[in-house]
Amino acid sequence: MSALLQVEGLSVRFPTTRGDVAALEDFSFEMREGETVALVGESGSGKSTAALALSRLIPESTGRVISGRVMFEGRDLLALPVHDLREVRGRRIGMIFQDPMMALNPVFTIGWQLAEPLRQHFGLSQRAARDRAVELLGQVAIPAPEQRIDQYPHNLSGGMRQRVMIAMALACRPSLLIADEPTTALDVTVQAQVLSLIKTLKDELGTAVLLITHDLAVVWEIAQRVIVMYAGRKVEEGTAADVFDDPQHPYARELLRAAAFASGGDGRLPEIPGTVPSPFDMPPGCRFAPRCASAREICRAVLPPLKSSAPGHAAACVLVGSAVP
Amino acid sequence: MTALVAFWRKYRRNRAAVAGLAMLVVVLLAAIFGPLVYPTDPFDMVGRPSSPPSARFVLGTDVSGRDMLAGLLHGARVSLMIGILASLGATLFGLIVGAIAGYYGRAVDTILMRCTDFFLTIPSFILAIVIIAIFRPSVATVTLAIAAVSWPQVARLARAEFIAHRDREYVLACRALGMSDFEIITRQILPNALPSLLVVSSLLVATSILTESGLSFLGLSDPNVISWGYMVGVGRTVLRVAWWMPAIPGIAILLTVLCINLVGEGLNEALNPRLQRR
Repeated sequence: MSALLQVEGLSVRFPTTRGDVAALEDFSFEMREGETVALVGESGSGKSTAALALSRLIPESTGRVISGRVMFEGRDLLALPVHDLREVRGRRIGMIFQDPMMALNPVFTIGWQLAEPLRQHFGLSQRAARDRAVELLGQVAIPAPEQRIDQYPHNLSGGMRQRVMIAMALACRPSLLIADEPTTALDVTVQAQVLSLIKTLKDELGTAVLLITHDLAVVWEIAQRVIVMYAGRKVEEGTAADVFDDPQHPYARELLRAAAFASGGDGRLPEIPGTVPSPFDMPPGCRFAPRCASAREICRAVLPPLKSSAPGHAAACVLVGSAVP
Repeated sequence: MTALVAFWRKYRRNRAAVAGLAMLVVVLLAAIFGPLVYPTDPFDMVGRPSSPPSARFVLGTDVSGRDMLAGLLHGARVSLMIGILASLGATLFGLIVGAIAGYYGRAVDTILMRCTDFFLTIPSFILAIVIIAIFRPSVATVTLAIAAVSWPQVARLARAEFIAHRDREYVLACRALGMSDFEIITRQILPNALPSLLVVSSLLVATSILTESGLSFLGLSDPNVISWGYMVGVGRTVLRVAWWMPAIPGIAILLTVLCINLVGEGLNEALNPRLQRR
């Protein structure tokens, strides 16, 4: 299978008054057509930055992509003229965001907002765009789409709004859907519905999905491959089964242990000791070293390269390949 | 349509605003149809100078024997037209400047806003006089001069609205959908900013009418058209012997400006989401 998306050495910096913050450093990964990849990590790990940087959506006033290439369908998105880039956004890459409350324009009906990109990208007439909008709402399982279409975002529940966002993102049949924490702002029951909707639509339309989340249950649910991020760097990558069954990086192990607290037993929630290092004061070696139980001298001195432990499974840890203590 | 009905329901709750709107409609009708129903030329000397209101001249005549009622009706046209056009011009220009400054931020913002500050530091009435003194006074130059001194406040408001909206997630979503900056500014953010701009621009109509009256009172307006300020200026000399002469156009200015302010207030209450909790 051919690569749909190839990200190479992507680095993003946010200039601040206290100096530049490296939000994302030397980030590389690949996605094949129709594949679901999850970017996992805690807040500030660079996962959302990565998602936005892919289609150059980081506002120029706040951040800068300083290096890297994003090859998507044979073109480097970071070097594409703005006009061509706009064609790619929406038409080839759809995005859904964390808070569906905020991601819809409050002054327009959802039908208008759905029809807008259709008219723009496909030149559909008002009538045809409206029909298609009704059809799309039906596709994302919104009951009575003919009535819903004339309602405003505030008339809809959170789950409904997220469905509308998904419909908008998929309206132009993109080959890649970037979902930035699509279920974080929703109720648990609604989360499951939205996830299964994404899964169904992905299978139906053959869209590749890049899922950004900190919810490991979500990852387990729909991702084929997992990329674990920590403090702006990729620390582990592998198939969902590999990463869940046999995590290589100590951070991934801790993360899984923290997520699986149900089996903990003693009634205390397991946690990872310490906090994410301040972006102004990154440790020189492995970024996880200060919190890592098995850190050695070399961990604090040198940034460990990504090492493969099995085909398609790699982690940025010096311990990979050596016996785990 | 339903949005209009809902809007009216909210607007209706402010009695004063409804009264203001009714009065404003009367003034507008007078301005539009008055000169047709009462075609006397306001510059024609038709009677004895300075005659008090009588059956023949309902509002009396001025120092040159010109019909005051004709002046009032024709003047309404000029005053309202200049007020509305100047406000529209100021709103449009201020909106463009504010939208660009607010949306793009950084250097663009700094440059545009320092230019705006420059205009704000000069007393607007004096600046208007200077502009008219440079060009020849005519309806067009007076309108332009008033617009030129009143856009900064619109620009500042528009900038604030655009800054508040540019980082909202829906704008990001629009960019992710491939919309251009122009489309986002005009079709996505502008409708959100419109209510507050509408309020300011309706209030600007009132200040523009006042400014125009002030200018024509000083004889700086178009000498070929009659306006309320001009009538006040003419009557000023005989204030002690014929008080009604400046009083009548003065009251017309007062009422119109008051009505517009009431309407603006009503719009603000009906459109401002922060005031809707009642």
